[in-house]
Amino acid sequence: MTPELMEQNARHLDAYRAAHPAKTGNTESGGRSAAFSRLAVPGEVDITHGRILYLEDVSVSFDGFKAINQLSLDIAPGELRCIIGPNGAGKTTMMDIITGKTRPDAGRVFFGSTIDLLRYKEAEIAQMGIGRKFQKPTVFEQLTVFENLELALKTNKAVTQSMLFKLDSVQSDRLAEVLHTIHLADSVSRQAGFLSHGQKQWLEIGMLLMQDPKLLLLDEPVAGMTDEETERTAELFLSLKGKHSLMVVEHDMSFINTISDIVTVLCDGSVLAQGTLAQVQADERVIEVYLGR
Amino acid sequence: MSSNPVSLPSHPPLLSRTGWAAFLVALIVVCAVAPVLNLLVPSESIFHLSDYGVGLVGRIMCYTICALAMDLIWGFTGILSLGHGLFFALGGYAMGMYLMRQIGTDGNYKSELPDFMVFLDWKELPWHWTFSDSFIATLFLIIAVPGLVAFVFGYFAFRSRIKGVYFSIITQAMTFAAMLLFFRNETGFGGNNGFTDFKRILDIPIATPEMRMTLFVLTGVTLLGFFLMARWLINSKFGRVLQAVRDAETRVMFSGYNPLGYKLTIWTISAMMCGVAGALYVPQVGIINPGEMSPANSIEIAIWAAVGGRATLIGPILGAFIVSGAKSWLTVAYPEFWLYFLGALFIGVTLFLPDGVVGLVKRLAKTASAKSGDKA
Repeated sequence: MTPELMEQNARHLDAYRAAHPAKTGNTESGGRSAAFSRLAVPGEVDITHGRILYLEDVSVSFDGFKAINQLSLDIAPGELRCIIGPNGAGKTTMMDIITGKTRPDAGRVFFGSTIDLLRYKEAEIAQMGIGRKFQKPTVFEQLTVFENLELALKTNKAVTQSMLFKLDSVQSDRLAEVLHTIHLADSVSRQAGFLSHGQKQWLEIGMLLMQDPKLLLLDEPVAGMTDEETERTAELFLSLKGKHSLMVVEHDMSFINTISDIVTVLCDGSVLAQGTLAQVQADERVIEVYLGR
Repeated sequence: MSSNPVSLPSHPPLLSRTGWAAFLVALIVVCAVAPVLNLLVPSESIFHLSDYGVGLVGRIMCYTICALAMDLIWGFTGILSLGHGLFFALGGYAMGMYLMRQIGTDGNYKSELPDFMVFLDWKELPWHWTFSDSFIATLFLIIAVPGLVAFVFGYFAFRSRIKGVYFSIITQAMTFAAMLLFFRNETGFGGNNGFTDFKRILDIPIATPEMRMTLFVLTGVTLLGFFLMARWLINSKFGRVLQAVRDAETRVMFSGYNPLGYKLTIWTISAMMCGVAGALYVPQVGIINPGEMSPANSIEIAIWAAVGGRATLIGPILGAFIVSGAKSWLTVAYPEFWLYFLGALFIGVTLFLPDGVVGLVKRLAKTASAKSGDKA
């Protein structure tokens, strides 16, 4: 092979790379160093690569409408990530995909480095350690606060186990602790349907805590809360950060300002911008589609 | 955490003290008072319990078991079945087959085979009558056949996440299809005449006051047993998951429960209870035919539960007694008005008594206590 040919090939390659920007590298992987001599344990979340959740080139469309369009996103263990974006940007659909409610048309979703979330059903994903709070607070209205939390408790959730279930003292302590955390200790025997909107939000967050998830997906957790409740929620989330990974979808900018390190802006089903709140707020495109003038 | 301790509420016991007392009274009435009043007190006495009364209450107790089963699946789990009559009839048919074999050669044709088979010119028992000679096998089939049908049907329906009115319509279609199947002579269940003219059960004559009373006591004890079982199920965490499925199924899934197993379990238990009720019903009324599978019968079961009060265990028991009692009186006094009455009752309860009779009683008690509180 002559030097001319080699140079020609190199130019072709450069041209090809310019024309087809690499698909990989949209997400961070945390390096390869940890990949050696490590046993894969089934069901255990492998975060040695420094990422607890990867979404890569995920697309889903409903009747031709692309709700999610080649979305790539990743979250580090212990991170508190805020997601913002205009209505219809695909925030809730993204959570649906992660939790197994919606199947994507294309793309990959991994929990840690080894668990392919697309292979599992909702209940299995929840058992693996992904908790989700819905946009509209969803609690069991006919049951008491206590029973709501007890049902959410992390334990064997098979039918026969449930028939014979008895709360042990460790679990009771955990339940009492969560009751304090969510400020519902006085309402422990109240029927959940009679709680205020803000209290229902808290109860649902408490149910997530009972599940002891590794990753929490929170869809508009402070919607309908008073200023004081919002402040408490912010404190709670900041205390969870580090121990759990959190993904928070919110529209309340002051709330995001309080809790966020990195903010991701979604628009039309893919990532528009990512950075600190100040950075994305300064971004022209973000101002145009979301923040407005 | 160093914060002040919370006293966590405990779950209610299986039955309260008054609950156990009432249960015991019911048990004594069924097992001792009723037999004495019927068999030992002379018929001239005003305390005598007539054979008609025993038959009527015995039948209604069978209905009550169905209402209880319906309550578990509809009231507590939020799945309205309009096909529970099928499970009732399947249990009844399993019992009916055994009773047909017990007739022996005392039938009209003096043959080893049941009369309808002789009439159809069949020479031997079809394969599905293999176990009909054994009482033990019959007891097993009474539970297993409705259970298996419910399990297979439920597995596919719940796995496909069929819910609400769609599920109800499919169950209705299921019982209707089964009725058409059982109407055919080729199916081997006596066609539209079904089974009747029973003579014996366990080689004991069936049409005696003693046997009637035995069946009555058996039905009552079964009902009370099922009530306790239902109570235990509902008071366990399993029961609370069922109510959670009713109120917010997605939240149940995202809490790590697979609703399929829970729905399927209670659906199958419910069907088995109906099967037992059917098996107790057939020897008491002396006939079983495909009419028991008609959609109207299944709807009636739902009405019992709705009238009494869904999601309370005592409600459906009251509902079955009230509606069936009214039926047995109205169909004699004003036969042409019964169906209008039933329809009006269902509409009236839905509109004005969403929690049924039990809800009404609770509401009245509340206003009464509020009034007496005002006076004090």
